[in-house]
Amino acid sequence: MNKTVNQKAWFFVIPVFVLVAFNAIIPLMTVVNYAFQETFGNNVFMWEGTRWFKQIMLSERFHASLGRQFLFTFIILFIQIPLGIAIALTMPKEGIGVPVCLVLMSMPLLIPWNVVGAMWNIFALPDIGFLGHSLNALGFDYNFTQQIGDAWFTTILMDVWHWTSLVVLLSYAGLRSIQPAYYQAAEIDGASRWAIFTKIELPKMKKVLTIAILLRFMDSFMIYTEPFVLTGGGPGNATAFLSIDLVKMALGQFDLGPAAAMSLIYFFIVLLVCWVFYTLMMRNEEKS
Amino acid sequence: MSLELKNVEKKIGLDTHIYSTNLKLEKNTINILLGPTLSGKTTLMQIMAGLDKPTSGEIWFNNENVTGMKVQKRNVSMVYQQFINYPNFTVYDNIASPLKITGVSSDETKQRVGKVAELLKLSGMLNKKPNELSGGQQQRTALARALVKDSDLILLDEPLANLDFKLREELREELPKLFENRDCIVVYATTEPSEALLLGGNTATLQEGKIIQYGKTLDTYNKPNSLVSAQVFSDPPMNIAKIKKLGDQCSFLQNDIQWKTKLNIKDGEYKVGIRPHNITTYKEGNNTLEIKGKVLISEISGSESLIHFTNGNLNWVSLSNGVFQKNVGDVMNLYMNTDEFIYFDQNERLVSNG
Repeated sequence: MNKTVNQKAWFFVIPVFVLVAFNAIIPLMTVVNYAFQETFGNNVFMWEGTRWFKQIMLSERFHASLGRQFLFTFIILFIQIPLGIAIALTMPKEGIGVPVCLVLMSMPLLIPWNVVGAMWNIFALPDIGFLGHSLNALGFDYNFTQQIGDAWFTTILMDVWHWTSLVVLLSYAGLRSIQPAYYQAAEIDGASRWAIFTKIELPKMKKVLTIAILLRFMDSFMIYTEPFVLTGGGPGNATAFLSIDLVKMALGQFDLGPAAAMSLIYFFIVLLVCWVFYTLMMRNEEKS
Repeated sequence: MSLELKNVEKKIGLDTHIYSTNLKLEKNTINILLGPTLSGKTTLMQIMAGLDKPTSGEIWFNNENVTGMKVQKRNVSMVYQQFINYPNFTVYDNIASPLKITGVSSDETKQRVGKVAELLKLSGMLNKKPNELSGGQQQRTALARALVKDSDLILLDEPLANLDFKLREELREELPKLFENRDCIVVYATTEPSEALLLGGNTATLQEGKIIQYGKTLDTYNKPNSLVSAQVFSDPPMNIAKIKKLGDQCSFLQNDIQWKTKLNIKDGEYKVGIRPHNITTYKEGNNTLEIKGKVLISEISGSESLIHFTNGNLNWVSLSNGVFQKNVGDVMNLYMNTDEFIYFDQNERLVSNG
């Protein structure tokens, strides 16, 4: 069969191309531009090659904030994924409880990020906040503005409060899509509750859990607003995660070149981790 | 070995899903539950298996009351309409799973799985995962899991419904062979009369949560005890017309077609059921009684042709061998076999089958 050649079809692609150019390509290219050059303002640029990249890659400050970032992301994934699945398993499957639970679960997700930060800041204040005051009254020496451990504890608790619901909702959707016949078949086989979880529920939830882990990884790896409002990266640099450190460098110190290079490295880390994770998880799914 | 339901009833809230049912299934039989969707086939099977408890009534197995006994303690296996296998187990592990839990030795497991896999033509794919298999192979795996342990009761809930036509035909022909020489009771739910006829054994016709008739499959087909049972066991749907009998003369109420009958029944009004294949577009054998019809729809199914036509105020369906099509609106002659008419009284109970 002869295919007719019609180059006019390209016109349909133009609107999308223009849109993507403005919201992604042009801003990204600006950053690339800064990453390879030095500027003193007045639109004067000098070529620096890969100098900023080398500087960032060798910088102890970058290593420290990257380390903090991975630690934070790892901890919250480690808490939120199992906790989310556990909550989803205990949620009702029918009746009035379903909409009630779903609405309650969605609440934290609807609150703007800076509000969450502000809320937890006030909530955790050691002198007047409910959490801070109660902990101190119970005999704990708690002060998230001055003690590193307390700052981490509060930041993690805040993130768990804010985002576990997302994992719960995704897991719940995954669980509900399992046909009742699977549970009956397992019952006939005499499988234990644990076997049902590991042999039926987990494999059946694999795809939604992959999505949940990816979303939570990306969001937590790029977290900015909440810790910025809660701790401002402190005490010292104890909770200065990558994005907080990046903004300090770009806007605080106005080191545009190194900050641009750091942005690109940051971007590639997120991309690489997501790609590796997704490829590994979906390796066996391709065939079906 | 026998399975007996005694006055079993199932209510959910105010809805009655199964009306009081008595049924006795004997060992080494295939029992077909035939009925349309929502007629209670699945509910009845789940009660038989012990997956669901009856609201009232008792279930007896081998002269032992097993009502409320957990399904794990009963030696039961079940195959579903959906292809239910453990998703991250290989075909081998899937088939072996019921044996592992009961602690059968690994040598014996290997041997039994091998035997069942061969029977179901799965030998070449024991190392694959279910999602690498076709729908037919997935359902074969589920069937193998049900057959590998020597269950006393095997329940199959529309196992072929989700397969495409060709795979369905293929597996359907193998099914009777699979249950041969097994010391068990097989219960098979289906919506399709042709499946019941192919499997033989016994058939129970169901309608709206009631068992209408239970008996040998051919008896149920040939001697429906009521119009409802005949309708459930007829595909395409049975033609039903009102008639009047006077002496040895019968006639339809809605037209002046007459025929002679040797039936020894009282004079009066009756309903006759006529299976579509007893109305043909050509004279053949005993198909001799002429009826004029105006074609509504003409369709071809396999190597047979269905003509939907009107006569009087009624819609009729005829099924003839051969592939042909008639123009909509054509008036044509069709021929009926009066020997095969099934007569029902005004209460829709069977009076005589031909």
